[in-house]
Amino acid sequence: MAKINSAVFCSHVPAIGAAIDLGKTEDPYWVPLFKGFEFSKQWIKQEKPDVIILVYNDHATAFDSTIIPTFAIGCADRFPPADEGWGPRKVPDVIGYPELAAHIAQSVILDEFDLTIINDMKVDHGLSVPLSLMFGQPEAWPCRIIPFPVNVVQYPPPTGNRCYNLGKAIRSAVEKFDEDLNVQIWGTGGMSHQIQGQRAGLINKEFDNRFLDRMVSDPVSLTKIPHIEYVREAGAEAIELVMWLVALGAMGTDFKQVHRFHHVPASNTAVGHMILEKTK
Amino acid sequence: MALEKPYKDVPGTTVFDAEMARKGYHLNQFCMSLMKAENREKFKADQRAYLDQWPMNEEQKQGVLTRDYNRMIAAGGNIYFLSKIFSSDGQSFEQAASSMTGMSAPDYRQMMLTGGRQVEGNRYLSEIKDGKLKTNANVEKK
Repeated sequence: MAKINSAVFCSHVPAIGAAIDLGKTEDPYWVPLFKGFEFSKQWIKQEKPDVIILVYNDHATAFDSTIIPTFAIGCADRFPPADEGWGPRKVPDVIGYPELAAHIAQSVILDEFDLTIINDMKVDHGLSVPLSLMFGQPEAWPCRIIPFPVNVVQYPPPTGNRCYNLGKAIRSAVEKFDEDLNVQIWGTGGMSHQIQGQRAGLINKEFDNRFLDRMVSDPVSLTKIPHIEYVREAGAEAIELVMWLVALGAMGTDFKQVHRFHHVPASNTAVGHMILEKTK
Repeated sequence: MALEKPYKDVPGTTVFDAEMARKGYHLNQFCMSLMKAENREKFKADQRAYLDQWPMNEEQKQGVLTRDYNRMIAAGGNIYFLSKIFSSDGQSFEQAASSMTGMSAPDYRQMMLTGGRQVEGNRYLSEIKDGKLKTNANVEKK
């Protein structure tokens, strides 16, 4: 049986990808950030996931204004990195898992989560930066990856509650897949940040740390945060945190925290990072 | 009955909702065209002529030509679409964001390095007295 055994949460700031690609990880500006991922890189080497379901948002890359799916799942064999305006990042292609992705789609659609199925897609920094943070710069990513884009660009994104419940449906779908697989689910984006308008640069460390606390102490309470609270308290783009709730929902209630990290700033953003492991 | 839009009273913030997306459709689709290297070359060679190929209004075109990101956002632009313009210009998200705040790039960077912009006093339009948003204590002391 396939099983989701752990979840990784982390921000996906494009400047982090640029720092890695341009060899700036030893710069004093970046050292404290990458230090927060040293444990994580060792941890994932031992965990050896077979598949990662990677919840992220596309930043007007694969999806422009013509089609805006609220929830989508990448069912292709391969997803190349996109050219976001400065040439594609020199990172490996993502190798998908079409059989498992199609299985998840079929299962969760019947559970009333109407996913858009994507068979041809390029992937942007939202997906590739977390992979770089966790795996460094390998020739090929060491496992298969199912891209799972969520719309957070055009308001409104799905509610936190909807995301959390979708996570639960993904968990039960994975457990119905008849192959022994060590599956991880990642929730990316956030934490507090605003990158537009006069209020750009807003950070709310207290909000972020309360959020990280509650992920462990009272996860369900996070599903009740209304969109306006993210926008007003933690910046317009903090609303990306609903994507963390998909991964959190997939973890159920029996889990433990194995790592937690928070750092300001990476460019305009507060970087949050957490790893949870299932205990049952 | 109208839809509730509580985000309208968050200062210095434009939420890219369905109304803004409709307004900015062509501006945003123009931005998407800059994801191809050949289009970036054409745009750089003659910006006005390139813009004139798109059914954008003059306000949107002027916003692009003057690289006034607040003006583009007011005209329906979304930051992730607009990022294709500043990326083509070789600018980072941090540089583009600072240009929208009325702060110099070094002051903005200093604000970020000292914890970012504070939320206190920046939650509601009614808290903004002199048209200026608060930065943070470390920057204001300077």
